Amino acid sequence: MSARGQQHLWVAQRVTAMILGVAVVVHLVTILVAVRGGLSAAEIIGRVSGNEAWLMFYAVFALAAGLHGAIGLRGIAAEWLGWRGRRFDLAWLAIGLLTAAFGIRAAAGLYAA
Amino acid sequence: MQETLKVSVWRGDGEGGAFQDFRVPAQANQTVLDVVTHIQRELDPTLAYRFACRVGMCGSCAMVVNGRARWTCRTHVRKVVQDGRLELRPLANLPVIRDLATDMAPFFDKWARAKGTFQPKDSADGAVPEEFHVVPPSSAKRQAADAGIECIGCGVCYASCDIVAWNGAYLGPAALNRAWTLVNDVRDGARRDRLDAVAGDAGCHACHSTQSCTERCPKGIDPSGAIAGLKRTLFWGMFGLDR
Repeated sequence: MSARGQQHLWVAQRVTAMILGVAVVVHLVTILVAVRGGLSAAEIIGRVSGNEAWLMFYAVFALAAGLHGAIGLRGIAAEWLGWRGRRFDLAWLAIGLLTAAFGIRAAAGLYAA
Repeated sequence: MQETLKVSVWRGDGEGGAFQDFRVPAQANQTVLDVVTHIQRELDPTLAYRFACRVGMCGSCAMVVNGRARWTCRTHVRKVVQDGRLELRPLANLPVIRDLATDMAPFFDKWARAKGTFQPKDSADGAVPEEFHVVPPSSAKRQAADAGIECIGCGVCYASCDIVAWNGAYLGPAALNRAWTLVNDVRDGARRDRLDAVAGDAGCHACHSTQSCTERCPKGIDPSGAIAGLKRTLFWGMFGLDR
């Protein structure tokens, strides 16, 4: 990967960190509010089912988390295990997108529920 | 009876080696370099080490003293001695030539890779560019350049940097500090090339900002801040902004 590409990964990790900072707070506050009256699957589905705002929120959250984590693990693996080069970069990209896809799939499932 | 220092000195070469113990008379005022020189002149003339100016200007005499990289000519024994003992090793993160002398070539090669050479601006008509006429010392750009310009190239930051140890390609604090100094020099014409040279996993973006370089720089320079400046400039440069 070019030095420019590596710089873009660095920027992506910082930007996703900012998104996660906000998203994690929203997520945790929602949990605290939601469990006050007891927690049930019906209540969760009642809140998020058919709600585009929650779908978008969790889609962005999952994408940010997937990319942020994969870029971070890429750096750790390069420094501690010497895993460097194009093949590892492609593998980390795949892992990041796959992680994000799991999260987005779950959000889409609740939306459709 | 005069007090003595127990000094363990690493002896060997790139293949390996071991510590050798010496006893050196303690003096009221004595630098670590004085101790090494005493050993070489009085006890064992085969000891290899490097020094030149003895006054903190040349950057030749850095070694690892009791676990920390230091300039030995300006390091008083009484400030670093532990239970009457000194342990001296060659600088970390560099190939050892012999005993306390390391090969500084990789360190300076990285300065070249970071485009650490001043590249004067050209003007179209061959005249002296306007930026050269007056550079006010109080201007913000000049003060940013002056902040890092007193680097003596001793390699203390490079030997103290974990990232250098983990990533052999990483340019290191001194080379990046030099690049940042020139990025801030209004007379320099190679800004774009230099910023390209210091971007990415081998450049400023590898830095974790753990700041050992800033902590240990004997000249009080802040390479960690310089690296942060490079990251900032490269980031805003993506949007065509100069910050």
